[in-house]
Amino acid sequence: MQSSDLDPRRPVDATIDSPAREGLTGTAPADLYGAPERDEITVAPDGRPTAEQPAWRQDFPIDWPQDQYVERRDFMKFLVLVSGAFGVGQLWIVMQSWWRSRRAAFPARRIASLDEIPIGGTLAFTYPTDVDANVLVRVSADLLVAYSQKCTHLSCAVVPKPDQGVLHCPCHEGLFDLRSGNPIAGPPRRPLPRIVLQIRGRDVYPTAVEHRTT
Amino acid sequence: MRPTRPFTRDQRTTIVYGMLAFVLIVVVLQLWLLTATMNAYLGGDDSVIRPAAIVSLLCFALNLGLLGHLYRLERPRA
Repeated sequence: MQSSDLDPRRPVDATIDSPAREGLTGTAPADLYGAPERDEITVAPDGRPTAEQPAWRQDFPIDWPQDQYVERRDFMKFLVLVSGAFGVGQLWIVMQSWWRSRRAAFPARRIASLDEIPIGGTLAFTYPTDVDANVLVRVSADLLVAYSQKCTHLSCAVVPKPDQGVLHCPCHEGLFDLRSGNPIAGPPRRPLPRIVLQIRGRDVYPTAVEHRTT
Repeated sequence: MRPTRPFTRDQRTTIVYGMLAFVLIVVVLQLWLLTATMNAYLGGDDSVIRPAAIVSLLCFALNLGLLGHLYRLERPRA
């Protein structure tokens, strides 16, 4: 086939009974409006010839290459949608971070007196808001530690075990070191957020929450 | 002048396979980026959040561009 035959605007014989016009009016060639040339339908997925295919497949033949092409294209569309969702998730984190940075510092609040907490004793308290549960442990006479009670794995409440030197998460057997709050066993990967404490006279005040990645 | 011919379906299938592999790798990269950024955010480290968001959005723009290119391939040429 010559390249000029591919041009749909090629000149045709203008006479009314020209075979190239095939009943059309105007001067466009008839094959311009004809059915597009179909690609050959290849073998079915099982590899057998058409005559050996089941009746339903012979009655309703599927254009397998076209089917595969459309499936891949639609899967790519879905992946692009997922990609957009990940982008939206990143923007959501940016907004949360911005919101957190604008939040004013929470005021210190007295939670207990040193005399109320024996060595090895624990105290549950909330800080900075009433829904943020924390736990304080008096490790020795002059060492107090306090952490958020939410496990960094799936937010279960951790239980302090001062005699073993750990905080235990009963949901998935996570363990945190009592003195540092670092994860030492189980699924948690991040340390527990540390509550910064201040001793004023004999009173204990939490003053800040320290989030950590390592 | 050499006439422009659209890609055949087999050629387009090969192209879509290549694009699909590329997009898949980029999406996995975005997933890793999202989990790493979330971990940093929960750990109080805000320094990586904005660069990660920019990179993730660039990845999305790249994927979107590839999808648009695929649709342009399907369009019959003038």
